[in-house]
Amino acid sequence: MSSARNAILSRLRDAKPEAKAMETIIYQPWVSEDEKVITERFIAGLSASHAEVISTSHKALSKLIEEVAVGKQLEHIALGTSGEFHEHIIQATKSLKTVFFDNDIKDWKSSLFNNVDAGITHCRAGIADTGTLVLWPDVSEPRTLSLVPPCHIALIKRSTIVSNFAELMEMQAWQNNMPTNIVLVSGPSKTADIQQTLAYGAHGPSQLVVILIEDM
Amino acid sequence: MSQANNGVQIEDLAPEHFHDQAKAALADPQLRQNFRGAMDYLTDKRKIAFSDPTEEKRIRDLSAAIRQRSLSKLPDLLEQLETNCTNNGIQVHWAETTEQANSIIAGIAGQHNAKNIIKGKSMVSEEIELNHEMEKLGIECLESDMGEYIVQLDGDKPSHIIMPAIHKNKQEVSDTFEKHLDDFTPTVDVDELIKTGRTRLRKKFHDADIGLSGVNFAVAETGTLCLVENEGNGRMCTTVPNVHIAITGIEKVVEFLSDVPPLYSALTRSATGQAITTYFNMISSPRRAGELDGPEEVHLVLLDNGRTQAFADEEMRQTLQCIRCGACMNHCPVYTRIGGHAYGTTYPGPIGQIISPHMMGLDNTKDLVTASSLCGACGEVCPVNIPIPEMLQRLRQEAKNSPKNNRPAIKGQAAAASRIELLAMKGFAFAASHPSLYHLGSWSATKMRSLMPSKIGPWTQCRTAPKPAGKTLHQLIKARKQGQKS
Ligand code: SF4
Repeated sequence: MSSARNAILSRLRDAKPEAKAMETIIYQPWVSEDEKVITERFIAGLSASHAEVISTSHKALSKLIEEVAVGKQLEHIALGTSGEFHEHIIQATKSLKTVFFDNDIKDWKSSLFNNVDAGITHCRAGIADTGTLVLWPDVSEPRTLSLVPPCHIALIKRSTIVSNFAELMEMQAWQNNMPTNIVLVSGPSKTADIQQTLAYGAHGPSQLVVILIEDM
Repeated sequence: MSQANNGVQIEDLAPEHFHDQAKAALADPQLRQNFRGAMDYLTDKRKIAFSDPTEEKRIRDLSAAIRQRSLSKLPDLLEQLETNCTNNGIQVHWAETTEQANSIIAGIAGQHNAKNIIKGKSMVSEEIELNHEMEKLGIECLESDMGEYIVQLDGDKPSHIIMPAIHKNKQEVSDTFEKHLDDFTPTVDVDELIKTGRTRLRKKFHDADIGLSGVNFAVAETGTLCLVENEGNGRMCTTVPNVHIAITGIEKVVEFLSDVPPLYSALTRSATGQAITTYFNMISSPRRAGELDGPEEVHLVLLDNGRTQAFADEEMRQTLQCIRCGACMNHCPVYTRIGGHAYGTTYPGPIGQIISPHMMGLDNTKDLVTASSLCGACGEVCPVNIPIPEMLQRLRQEAKNSPKNNRPAIKGQAAAASRIELLAMKGFAFAASHPSLYHLGSWSATKMRSLMPSKIGPWTQCRTAPKPAGKTLHQLIKARKQGQKS
């Protein structure tokens, strides 16, 4: 319907809007130089949004993931196919029922929806200001891995946590190379649609476990 | 058939019946209590989220500047958005009217032989009455936002742009579920109610042919669609079905990706007082080679429906800065008392009062622009500094008069002009500029003051009728001067 397009654009141009330049308003979102303060704020924000945050060392990672899975009685766990801590994840889930997300979703959609208890993914970064995980789903960790199972276990390296969203975008020059999908996650799925009463597990995961890997 | 309140049928809600709808709402104590509670909650949360006034001012000024800058380049940015989306593999469609938007969506559904659409929250889809139009074609559109789902089950309409089911309390939600869902055991346990919704909708996400969503910000620089939500249903709708259709008003474009963080923060804090929502979803393309999930097709529908009219005039253009946070309605003393249905429009409250005339014409909405105490609360909380009270005054003028100073006409311009009022004003102007006539008039008014009726229409519903004074001002001054002389 390109006639609609042209009509809309020409009506807008007829109004002769005068292009405004970049504004000079200074707005500084929350920022800190201190690694400790940054980590504390990150953990506090996520915890306030009802996520569980557990710190661990590189070495203890496998054991911790296993403990979380056993403790939460997660029987069927979906895994990606690569990533920095992939080996640790495999090690951790050796004694559990696992399935690799290595097939087109249409081949196992029902099973993903009905049988899987948890999905494990890496995080690209963290935002301290708001207690937020940044996910970049890709070929090895598809989008639904962190969405459909009722529990999401997210691994994040402490060194990837930055002060605020704007800083992260700028640092990594997101505008030059946007992937199919980026998701910011700040807690388990929730709603307050019924009488302003907060309830968790609306449609996405009802549990979010964040494993913070101390790498600095 | 469902009722909004006190017998007003939902499908009959219209801005033309604003007065009756408002009256009915005011007479419903349960409804008033539900709204009062919800609005107090939301205003308190917003206050806490903006606890530092300096910071609040800065982020609002910045957000307003970003929106103004983006609008000032709107036609170019729309073209840039189209180019970048297309390069990313997103198919872009343009619709001037609601009919065109529906036929575009119907066309896409037709290509895929789709029978089920699952929807995330989208006010624009309400604007085009998508559910209703698709139903006519045998396509089911199911709302998946919990609030929207409850409202849809009941054949009801959303009464707030952020919290659609705000007019119902948990008992009423339980009643709704009991009426429409098999095997539901009534409960006022909110967790149980949500679980019920979750279980029913999960199956629908799994089976749907198409997922449909709105857009909070469309980034011209990268061709990215941003979606703000808490529930995860927006992610489900845009990820699980094989086709994703996003629909948005043409004004939602921002120039740069870096414009997004401050706007997002201003939006969530203004809307529900949250520092951030659970999910912020940035979609830049359909599934790429090798990826194992996500839709194979993504469509973007850009809708005008009166927005170019608002754009035509520099003052009215500010209406389009809106980021749909709902703060203006949460703080409006009129909205808080009558609720969203009374307005009879897709967008209720202050923002609805200034945007609806462009969508539906002043002839249909002339009563809405008068439904404000002009207390200024809406303008004071708007995160993008839209001067709503001034715009309401302007629209009141436009509803009464023909366009001034070569300003572009608004659909339904001068619809509220009253011949009697106009004649009376003309008559007064003539008399006031002809002294003998003026004196005759004021003299006869004082003589005939006892004939003044005590009821003069709506004016005297809550006021006493004015009575001309026994002596005219001229007579009093004359008498006073004489007294001073003697
Ligand atoms: S007019 Fe302002 S306060 Fe109202 S919804 Fe839009 S952005 Fe929010």
